[in-house]
Amino acid sequence: MNVLLDHLAEFREGFIGTVLLTLASGLLAMVLGVIIAGFRVSPVPPLRFFGTAWVTLFRNTPLTLLFLVAWFVVPVIFMPGLSPWAKALMALGFYTSAFVCEAVRSGISTVPLGQAEAARSIGMTFFQTLRLIILPQATRTVLPPLSSIFIALTKNSAIAGAFSVTELFGVQKLLSDQGFAIAWIFLWVALGYLVITFTISGLFRLLERRMGVAR
Amino acid sequence: MSSSVLYDAPGPKARVRNRIYTVLGSLAVLGLIAFTLYRMNVKGQLEPEVWNIFNNAGVRTSIRDGVVTTLKVFAVAGVLSLVLGLLLAVARLSEHKTVRWAATGFIELFRAIPLLITIYALWFLFLTYKNGLGVVGDNTAFWALVIGLTVYNGCVQAEVIRAGVNAVPRGQVEAAYALGLRKSQVMTMLLLPQAVRSMLPTMISQLVVTLKDTSLGYIITYSELLFAARTMASNIIVNGENPITAVVIVVGAIYVALCLALAGLATWIERRGRRAKTGIAVAAATEPSVVDGTD
Amino acid sequence: MKLRKSAAAAATVAVLALAATACGGDSGNAGDKPAGGAGGKDQPKLPTYTVASGVKLDSATLKRAQKAGKIVIGAKNDQPYLGFQDTDGKRSGFDIEIAKMVAADLGFKPSQIEFKTIDSNVRETTISKGEVDLYVGTYTINDERKKQVGFAGPYFMAGADLLVRGDEKGITGPESVKGKTVCSIKGSTPLQEIKKAKYGAKTVELSKYSECVQQLLNNEVDAVTTDDAILKGYAAQRPGKLKVVGKPFTEEPYGVGMNKDDKALREAVSKAIEAHEKNGDYKKAYDATLGLSKSAYTAPPALERY
Repeated sequence: MNVLLDHLAEFREGFIGTVLLTLASGLLAMVLGVIIAGFRVSPVPPLRFFGTAWVTLFRNTPLTLLFLVAWFVVPVIFMPGLSPWAKALMALGFYTSAFVCEAVRSGISTVPLGQAEAARSIGMTFFQTLRLIILPQATRTVLPPLSSIFIALTKNSAIAGAFSVTELFGVQKLLSDQGFAIAWIFLWVALGYLVITFTISGLFRLLERRMGVAR
Repeated sequence: MSSSVLYDAPGPKARVRNRIYTVLGSLAVLGLIAFTLYRMNVKGQLEPEVWNIFNNAGVRTSIRDGVVTTLKVFAVAGVLSLVLGLLLAVARLSEHKTVRWAATGFIELFRAIPLLITIYALWFLFLTYKNGLGVVGDNTAFWALVIGLTVYNGCVQAEVIRAGVNAVPRGQVEAAYALGLRKSQVMTMLLLPQAVRSMLPTMISQLVVTLKDTSLGYIITYSELLFAARTMASNIIVNGENPITAVVIVVGAIYVALCLALAGLATWIERRGRRAKTGIAVAAATEPSVVDGTD
Repeated sequence: MKLRKSAAAAATVAVLALAATACGGDSGNAGDKPAGGAGGKDQPKLPTYTVASGVKLDSATLKRAQKAGKIVIGAKNDQPYLGFQDTDGKRSGFDIEIAKMVAADLGFKPSQIEFKTIDSNVRETTISKGEVDLYVGTYTINDERKKQVGFAGPYFMAGADLLVRGDEKGITGPESVKGKTVCSIKGSTPLQEIKKAKYGAKTVELSKYSECVQQLLNNEVDAVTTDDAILKGYAAQRPGKLKVVGKPFTEEPYGVGMNKDDKALREAVSKAIEAHEKNGDYKKAYDATLGLSKSAYTAPPALERY
C-alpha cells in the first residue's frame, strides 16, 4: 500500500508514459498496417513481395529483438541520433503494423465479391475500389481483432521500459532496485494495465455497436 | 489469387504500367538491400572476424541450447494452452451462469495483465511453496514460464475457439438436438471440430506468438534463445566492439525460420484434415475475432 | 501450393541452422582475445584457497548446502573482471574470487560451487526464497535491501564514476555533464544521482551495462555511469577506446547477500572475508582480476557487523 502512496508521482508518470506510447505507436501501426495491406493485395508484384516480406519479418521476430535492432543496428547502419522514444515508437509501430496488416487483409477478404466487381464495373481504379468500397466495409470485421491487437500493444509497450522509455512496467524496476517488496509493486502495476486494457476493449465494443447499426 | 477481384485483368496499357511499377519497385527493394549491405561494410559489420564467432564451439553450444530450451518450453506450453483454450471456451459457452461468469472473468483478467507480471508472480509463488510442489518445485523457472504462457495464450485461444463455435450455423445445432444428441455430444462431435477447423489459421498464429513469447523468460532469468543471444552479444568482443548486429541477424533468422516452420507444419496438418473430409467445405468463420499480438 | 513450398523451404532452413549449430566448431574464446578474467604468462596469478573441513554452524542454509554437497552462489555474468562468463561458460572476476574464498572457508571446493546468473531485479527474491545460498555480484548494501536480505561485508568500496570515450575532453567529472547524455541501468543509484538538478545530465536508461558501453562506442551517448569497478572492467576490455574519469561521486559498499535471518552464516562469511583480507589472498585476487584494469589497489573497507 505504502509503495503506491509514497511513489505516486512515479506511478503516474509511468501510467501516462504507457498511454502515450500505446497511442502513438498504435497510430503508426494503423497507418503502416493499412498501407502494407494495400501492398499485399496490389497488382504490382514487387509491392506484394515487399508486403509479404514485411509481415513475415516483423510478425515472426520477438519484439525484444526488434528493440535491439532499433538501438544497435539502425543507428550504425542508417541514421544515428534518434531519441529513445522514437526508437521505441519505431519498434512497436513496425511490429504491430504486421498484425494490423493481417487483420485488415482478412477483413478485405470478407467483403462480398460483388461489391468489388460492381466498383470495377463502374470504372473505379484499384486504389479507388480499395479506399471507397472495400476498406470502409472491412472496418467492421476488422474491429474485434484490432481490439486484441491494441490490448497486446499496450502490454508490449512494457518492453520499451527496458530501453530508456518511462512507462508503467519500468516503475517496477525502479522501485525494486531500491529494495521494495516486488509483489506489491506488481499488484499496482497490473491494476494500471487493467485500467488501460479495459478502456480499450470498452471503446472498441462501443465502436462495434455503432458500426453494427450503420451497416 | 484471392486479391484478383480487386482489379481487372490488365489490358495492354495497364500491363505496361504494371511492368514499369515492377521494375521501379524491384529497383527500390534491391537498392534498399544494397544500401544496407554497403553501410554494414563501411561500419565493419561484414568483416570475417565478426562472423567467425559463429565458428566457435561455445557460441554454437549456447545457440543450440537456446533453441532447444525455447522449443522445449514452447512444446509444453503450446499443448497445454490449446487444452486450456478448449476447456475455457466450453466453459464460457456453458449454460450454467456461474461457470460462464467464472470463465469470462478468468479470460478477461489474464488477457489484460502483462505476461511478464503473470510469469513473475507464478515464479514467486512456486518458489514460496516449492517443497510442496513435487516436479514443479524442482524446476520452478521452467514451470513458471510454461504455466504463465499457458494461462495467457489459453485465454486467447479460448476466445478464438469461441468465435469459431459461434460461427457454426445455428441450424446444425438444432438438427443435432432434434436427432436426440446430448449437450456434451453436440459440443464435442459437432461444434468444436468445426470451430477448430475454421479457426486453425488464427490458432496457429497464436501458437507463433507463444513461441516468440518464450523469450519473456528473461524476467526470471530463464536462459532461452534470446537470453543466450543477449549474453553473447555483450560478452564477446570483436575488433573492440560487441557483435550485436551479427548476433541479432543470426538469432532473428532462427526465430523467423522456427515460426515459419511451425506455420508450415500447421498448414500441412490442416490440408491433411481437409483432404480426409468428404463433402461440404467448412464455412469460414464470419468474424475472424481475436488475432495475435503478443505480450 | 505456394505456401506449402515456402513452408518447406523454411523448415529446411531451420533444420540447417540447427545442424550448423549442432556440429562442433572451434574451441576457445570467441573474439580476438580472451575478454575479462585472468590469463597470460606475466600476469598476476590467481590465489588458491585452503578448503576448511568439518565446518559446523547453526545455519539452516549451510546445513542444506552441506547435505546437497554443493553451495549455490548467485553472480553476474556480464561484468568483465568482476563477474564474467566467457563463451566456454567459465566464470572469472573479483566477485567470483570472493565467492570462492568464502566457499572455501565454509568447506566447499571450487568444484562444489554452483554459480547461477542472477539479474539485479530478482536478487532479493532469489536470496530470500533460497534459490541461491549466497549472492556475490556488485551488491550494494543499503537499508531498504536490509529489510529483505542479510549482508556480510562490505568487502569492497566502489563509487559511481563516469566512463567516456578515449578522446573525450569535455567530461572531467560529474560536474561537467550538464547537457550531455549519460547512460546507465534503469533505477540504479548512480543514475538517480546524476539525474539530480545540480548535475543536469540527460539520461538514457537501458537494462545491461554492456549495451550502454556499445551506445557509447556508437556515439549515441556521451558517458556511462555506474560503479567505478564495473567501468574499469569495460575500459580494460577496450584499451585506448574508453577511459574512466576517476572522480567517484557516491559510495557503494559491496556486500555478500544471504538469507536475512541466518545470523550464524552472516558471521561466518564476515569472518571468512576478514581472514582472507589479512592473509593476503584478497590483494592477490584483486591484482589478478580488477587490478588488470590498471585501477589502483585500495585497502578493503572496514567490515560492518550487525
